[in-house]
Amino acid sequence: MQSKPIALTILDIVSIIALVIATYLALVFAPTELVMGEVQRVFYFHVGTAWVALLGFILASLAGVTYLITKNMAWDRFEVAAVEVSTLFFFITICLGSIWARPAWNTWWTWDVRLTTAAITELIFIAYFMLRQGIEDPEKRARFGAVYTLLGGISAPITFMVIRLFRTIHPVVIGNPSAAQEGGFSMTPDMRTAFFFALFAFTVIFIDLIWHRLRLANLEDKVEQLKLKVSM
Amino acid sequence: MAVKSKSREQRVERRKQKAESGKFPAFLLPPSVGLSSAPRPSFLKATLAIVKKDLVAEFRSFELISAMLVFSLLIIIIFNFALELDIKTRQTVTAGVLWTTFAFAGTLGLNRSMAVEKDRGCMDGLLLAPVDRSVIYFGKAISNLAFMLIVEAIVLPVYAILYNEVRIFELSFIGVILLGSIGYIAVGTLLSAMSVQTRTRDVLLPILLFPIAIPVLLASVKASGGLLAGLEFSEIVTPLNILIVYDVIFIAVAFMVFDFVVEE
Repeated sequence: MQSKPIALTILDIVSIIALVIATYLALVFAPTELVMGEVQRVFYFHVGTAWVALLGFILASLAGVTYLITKNMAWDRFEVAAVEVSTLFFFITICLGSIWARPAWNTWWTWDVRLTTAAITELIFIAYFMLRQGIEDPEKRARFGAVYTLLGGISAPITFMVIRLFRTIHPVVIGNPSAAQEGGFSMTPDMRTAFFFALFAFTVIFIDLIWHRLRLANLEDKVEQLKLKVSM
Repeated sequence: MAVKSKSREQRVERRKQKAESGKFPAFLLPPSVGLSSAPRPSFLKATLAIVKKDLVAEFRSFELISAMLVFSLLIIIIFNFALELDIKTRQTVTAGVLWTTFAFAGTLGLNRSMAVEKDRGCMDGLLLAPVDRSVIYFGKAISNLAFMLIVEAIVLPVYAILYNEVRIFELSFIGVILLGSIGYIAVGTLLSAMSVQTRTRDVLLPILLFPIAIPVLLASVKASGGLLAGLEFSEIVTPLNILIVYDVIFIAVAFMVFDFVVEE
């Protein structure tokens, strides 16, 4: 039995502490927003999870391309880990966004650019898992998975551009102070602290989860090989 | 004995020279001669051979086109009652109804066209042919596009007659239909080659294809809807640009990755 690396245990503890601090900063430390009130506090975690989800999707697409070039199964395991963790985080992003949208836009959901693109991206990666599930041969599964993440990674930005032809109401918080009427706001220094710490915390948690998932994939591989050995 | 073997060698040599100039079928040469010396069919010729094979097979049975056609007409009938397609509704939903119909009928055709190759072992035969793998992709894509365009060429006039929509026959509208179909088939052919190789192949294609094809479907709806509403050409340039960009990108990507999809 391969024991858990000490660095991973340390990272586990760091992520828990970072999450606790980020929660404190978002819920207590950051000042209450003037117009939207308490519900604006959802924003810190919303952006934090969205950031790591997108990071994961981009990394997964790159890992897919690298796998197709090198044919090294380690890249496939990384790709699966990244997509799995990102799909979860993206789902959390969408849920948090809905919670914020209900009081801010007076609706749980609207067919806005970012919301629609988010929903479609999430569906692409659910389809990714269904595709992988249908293939027995691990090598073929890896190849098809890589091709599909590549297609998904290319189509998502185009989807974004297409839906922008229809009107958008999602606030652009960073670098656009004129969006106030749509629920945008400008951040005070304390808000900035909470915001950037949330980004940092979720990045740490993301790395931690990916590491765990990679370790799990390696162990799964080992079990598979041992099973083959026993049956032979 | 020695004389006989010498004459055989001479015979083979003579045939090899003939084969190189195309006067003797290369596959009749003994394997030791090496087929690499035989003239390889050009990319275009090989692609057209696959297209021809598909079209001939289809025009003998009509099983694919007839299924797509009947399915399309049934969808339009369902839309007619589900959406109450009166003159006011039609102004806004015609493009959406048409593209939904084509997308659904398209998956039906794509699935079937690839499943036929897989079921009867034709795909293995195609893969054995001494041609570039992407020839198979382009061949299948062009024949799939032909099937889809034939279905559209029948469904659109029927729709025009049923709902008195004369703008359907305008050249720009047909151009949008063509661009949209090319993009949809480009991705669809690649994904159907993947989905037929899975356990859940009957249900998987639409699930894989629709999220990836959403940009092309939405841009097509936007562009054709604009044309039907009588908008100026300058107002539909953006969706048209996106259609062209999507077509180019996905044909290029499919060309690059098709090798990985059919590799054994």
